[in-house]
Amino acid sequence: MSKVYIIGAGIHPFGRTDERSGRDQGVFAARQALEDANLEWQDIQFASGGSIAAGNADVMINDLGLTSVPFINVFNGCATGGSALSTAQNAIASGHCDLAMAVGFDKHPRGAFNANPSSFGLPDWYGQTGMMLTTQFFALKLQRYMQLHGISREALGRVAEKAFRNGERADHAWRRTPMDIDTILDSPMINHPLSKFMFCAPAEGGVALILASEKKVRELGSNAVGIASVAIRSRPPGSFEVYAPSTDIVDGGKPTILASKAAFEMAGIGPEDIDIAQLQDTESGAEIMHMAENGFCKDGEQEQWLAEGRTEIDGTLPINTDGGCIACGEPIGATGLRQVYENVTQLRGRAGSRQVKGNLKTAYSHVYGAPGLSGVAILEV
Amino acid sequence: MTKHLQPIAEGLWSDDEQPHLLGGQAPDGKIYFPIPEGDSGKNLDIIKLSRQGTLWSFTRQDFRPKSPYDGPEEFTPFLLGYVELPGQIIVESHIVETTLEELKIGMAMEFVITPFDDTRSTYAFRPEQQ
Repeated sequence: MSKVYIIGAGIHPFGRTDERSGRDQGVFAARQALEDANLEWQDIQFASGGSIAAGNADVMINDLGLTSVPFINVFNGCATGGSALSTAQNAIASGHCDLAMAVGFDKHPRGAFNANPSSFGLPDWYGQTGMMLTTQFFALKLQRYMQLHGISREALGRVAEKAFRNGERADHAWRRTPMDIDTILDSPMINHPLSKFMFCAPAEGGVALILASEKKVRELGSNAVGIASVAIRSRPPGSFEVYAPSTDIVDGGKPTILASKAAFEMAGIGPEDIDIAQLQDTESGAEIMHMAENGFCKDGEQEQWLAEGRTEIDGTLPINTDGGCIACGEPIGATGLRQVYENVTQLRGRAGSRQVKGNLKTAYSHVYGAPGLSGVAILEV
Repeated sequence: MTKHLQPIAEGLWSDDEQPHLLGGQAPDGKIYFPIPEGDSGKNLDIIKLSRQGTLWSFTRQDFRPKSPYDGPEEFTPFLLGYVELPGQIIVESHIVETTLEELKIGMAMEFVITPFDDTRSTYAFRPEQQ
């Protein structure tokens, strides 16, 4: 497989944009990414993308231009962006083309996600009785994790506090007002131990990336960031997952652990080599648990890491440098690519007041979602 | 006291004086709950799951969920969690007859049928009563 690069990145600000459809936000991001790469839509030879709640991505050709480009729609839950990236990467790595676009966008109604049980192969009673909620899953996973590994509720507050602090410095973020830890801890309870301001909220946004072969990067003289690896994994047996009426008594592992290991193996590096990371933070406990599942620390060490500020922008491993899902909101189809957008921005040294200092070489991104699915992408310069 | 109520779904628990949740067991011993619908449920033996277990995790639902939640319009926060049925499986369940403050991971729990709304019943676990 030949190496593939990202040479353009575009984003439509996350949050709420009433006057623009989800797909239009994708088109906005696509145009910005093309401009960033100094290319025209006519140059793109392959595209893949999707949304969960805002329609098919391939309809974007009506706005971008009828160039006969092959355009693959992706509908892969929280891994939609990662799967679009992986598909575009493979199209170039296989020698099929030299320039491709990956795009993700979404637009969700306000309030917690409500899924249809039958779409997930589950009986109606599971939804009717009020047990099919993503917020509950994270609370239930976290409640047990906190007791087993000695994580305090204050640590949950610290993660959210950091998210809003970083979000203030990110143009594309939604929640851009810092919030003190007591306000976060004392906000209305959603699912104990998680209160309102520890959660991300369903939102809107769009992201597009332009990918190129090595040959094309040389030809164009692009400001390129390399894709070291992309790995998507669905759940193994015995993993405790969202939307699960039951789980096995023998703990069998997790999709995040599998995706992370695969991505590190493909990249030929380890967690100790990563300079910055964007981790799925559906709520602040998810960021904490995902720090360990992705191999950056051992279970329980997060308490000290957070107390010492190691995951702050000026820490030893900055995590969620644009405020993550907590500050940006969660448009499911766009989140995975937002993380990659932020990593590209940081690696190119264009992150402004949230720029991580030093000579950044590697950046890691991770998404997790229903029904037990994880995607990891590692970038390098 | 829940006898006059209609179970929220057929075949979810047994019709005994002391009801049990019903699971499906594959020839290799693996247990499934609920019993899968369609072809994947066909080769499973229906088994009664344990009425006793230990609390694996818990939380409280503090806001009224959107559809497909079908509970009373007037919402009261409810407890839920996972209960480990020893040697069998860990099941998600409503938790009743207790408070958030009283719940501890590892505590002994027992199976009950509980009212869901004015006309329907559902299953739950409660702290084991000595």
